[in-house]
Amino acid sequence: MRTQSPALRLEDIVKTFPGVRALDGVSFEVQPGEVHALLGENGAGKSTLMKVLAGMHQPDEGRIYIGGRQVTMKTPLEAKAEGVVLIHQELSLAEELSAAENIYLGELPRKRFGLVDRQTLLAKAGAILERLKCGFGPEVTVGDLSIANKQMVEIARALTVDAKTVVFDEPTASLTDAEKVVLFDIIRDLKDRGVGIVYISHRMEEIFTISDRISVLRDGSYRGTLITADTNEDEVTQLMIGRSLDLTRNHEPANLGAIALEVKALCCGSLFHDVSFKVHSGEVVGFYGLVGAGRTEIAETLFGLRTPSSGAICLEGKEVTISSPVSAIENGISLVPENRKEQGLVLGMNCRDNITLPQVSDLTAGPFVSDGAEIAIFDHYRDKLEIKTPNWRQLVGNLSGGNQQKIVIGKWLSMHPKVLIVDEPTRGIDVGSKSEIHKLIRDLARQGYAVIVISSEMPEVMHVSDRIIAMYQGRIMREFTSEEVTEDNLVQAISGIVANGDRAA
Amino acid sequence: MAEERLNAIGKLLARQGILIAFVVFMIGFALLNDRFLAVDNVLGVVRSSAILGVMALGVTFVVISGNLDLSVGSMMSFSTIVVLDLHDKIGPELAIPAMFAMTMALGGFIGVLVGYFKLNSLIVTLGMLSAIHGLTLTYSGGKNMDIADKEGTWFSVIGQGSVLGVPVPIVVFLGLACLLAILLAKTPFGRKVYAVGGNGVAATFSGIRRPRVVLMTYLISSFCVAMAGLLQASRSMGSQNTVGQGLELEVLAAIILGGASLLGGSGTVFKTLIGVLILGFIQNGLLLVGLEFYVQYVVTWLIIILAVWLDIAAKRGRLLSPIA
Repeated sequence: MRTQSPALRLEDIVKTFPGVRALDGVSFEVQPGEVHALLGENGAGKSTLMKVLAGMHQPDEGRIYIGGRQVTMKTPLEAKAEGVVLIHQELSLAEELSAAENIYLGELPRKRFGLVDRQTLLAKAGAILERLKCGFGPEVTVGDLSIANKQMVEIARALTVDAKTVVFDEPTASLTDAEKVVLFDIIRDLKDRGVGIVYISHRMEEIFTISDRISVLRDGSYRGTLITADTNEDEVTQLMIGRSLDLTRNHEPANLGAIALEVKALCCGSLFHDVSFKVHSGEVVGFYGLVGAGRTEIAETLFGLRTPSSGAICLEGKEVTISSPVSAIENGISLVPENRKEQGLVLGMNCRDNITLPQVSDLTAGPFVSDGAEIAIFDHYRDKLEIKTPNWRQLVGNLSGGNQQKIVIGKWLSMHPKVLIVDEPTRGIDVGSKSEIHKLIRDLARQGYAVIVISSEMPEVMHVSDRIIAMYQGRIMREFTSEEVTEDNLVQAISGIVANGDRAA
Repeated sequence: MAEERLNAIGKLLARQGILIAFVVFMIGFALLNDRFLAVDNVLGVVRSSAILGVMALGVTFVVISGNLDLSVGSMMSFSTIVVLDLHDKIGPELAIPAMFAMTMALGGFIGVLVGYFKLNSLIVTLGMLSAIHGLTLTYSGGKNMDIADKEGTWFSVIGQGSVLGVPVPIVVFLGLACLLAILLAKTPFGRKVYAVGGNGVAATFSGIRRPRVVLMTYLISSFCVAMAGLLQASRSMGSQNTVGQGLELEVLAAIILGGASLLGGSGTVFKTLIGVLILGFIQNGLLLVGLEFYVQYVVTWLIIILAVWLDIAAKRGRLLSPIA
């Protein structure tokens, strides 16, 4: 294919941490002008590999070649000097400084007395931003920029050195579709200049849009490289998890009980308006829409975290007032929140204590918490949800994302809710655990729970829901049964295009 | 090598570093001065640590719930002055509960500001440090407070008496430590304190009334301060307005030495107890080997820095890290 030496080549990299073989003989290469996607579940070794590349970890064995020459990189600075630049998933910019200052941070041009040479700085930074076709100047304060534009600043920073390899770590995690297009243009531009690109992402469609080749890691070892043009999602998924993932539409007939929750004309300021829907016991109702469509806000209102400005909430036919999470819980509403680590769990607490947290006041023998009662609850949900943890003393922060999510779900199931709301059930969870969580949600419906699932992933919403409610700008646009829904009509509904083709007000 | 990851021994050292350093200190002091480990010296150290210790027990709750309390030193001066003044006016039987009520009202006020109004605890309690000092001076008119008839009252028993040969302050300190240890480790309230400090948002999402828990921690803290003020007043039977000055930092030092995180969510009453004793023995040891009293301020600070550094090093697995 190509005769020139690869921009970057890793051979048989081994990296162990106490008790874990994080990388087990991984080989990987990027050609100049190639976008090479790196895929793997959480814990497969992607981030360790990237840290080796960026000089943050030293490999125990193996060799790194840059442009055909073997190198060792002991610090991030040395890696940068070798032309390897990492664009982090979490941006590392100084928000209060200007774009130009961020771009040249650490090597600001100086004039006499060590003062910053502002004119040179702005000129040089301006030139780079222009090259990237950014719509903002070098003087703008980074804190005022959108996330996509902040990413541009990071990329601009990468271009101040003669980058031979740029590593993008989940770059689109917080970008809008329009911003993605801009990012992809830039990646293609870098590619045309002969830069080798390593692109890490969970999102299949992106990888198929942008990459030339795909390499897959599993459990710290290299599983193979595929040419993007000659493969498909199924093949890649199989390589990643060792089997294919079932994400077909839900065909299970709904087993509806009585109406568990009825929401009537609920409004909350400018967040959502005139929202009415019903959820039966034994039913999964999916809420689908763009970020900011008001789905999470509805969940938060039902859980007492926001106060509705008008409308009514009825549980089992009785109107209730929910003024706080405490009263939501008393009324039988539970929320598995969107952000597991920030809202769902106390990471420094053990598994058992996290599960029993909402009811710890009731699990007492005399004035003391009853160990036996707590362990009984933990054991029950560990078995029921197949939570993988050595024992209840394990800190929740040490569990994998999937198991953490099961702890949150277990916590709320142990409260025996009438209505269970699950916001983004599989965010940041690897593919294998995803299908377990989906199966779990279906099982809960079968057992008679009324479940609301909020998700930004269309296949997920279609896979688990009996009914889907499409939202757009704080309003319910349309309700679909699982027979009616198609990808097309769902996308139309959440973009504000109603069934007959009219644009919504 | 600082750059390399710590091996198993290094990790043990880092994790238990303070205890090991403490043992080394103790052996060193014992060799330098044969009085150091004598029973009367040990009892003396525990007794003189009791007042600081009682305060540290209460602040432990505040710290675990993720807040700070810098007002305890000046609050202790307040309690001491108030109970001494009221002693002569309404008698010790009424003075003691009245002083507890007034001190805990101050704690409750802080608790409302931090818990319900969600103000930053550092700012609130730093302000209260100064405000309570002003309150004390206003109350006393700037004068020292003394009990007029020191012989004709049972009041001195609390600070100077003993039960079965054990000084009362030690009994109070250790008894309170046991009670609070049980409260923190065994009751639903204790669990909530850890949850609120570990992740306040998640605690709220789990139906825990976070403001109420925070208020309770400040009430416990101020209760302990009142107890410390009582011990101080009874021990000296008279006091300056500034008797508690600077104790807030020693309290925090003891808690950090014990191994609690100032970010909240970790720590135990037992660890604080150990921290208080380490601090007490080290300060005592420095005096016994003949160093000037003022040296202890510097040494205490050095020990705290060492403790914090070892704590962070144990968490990230190396002594120095390029990333924070």
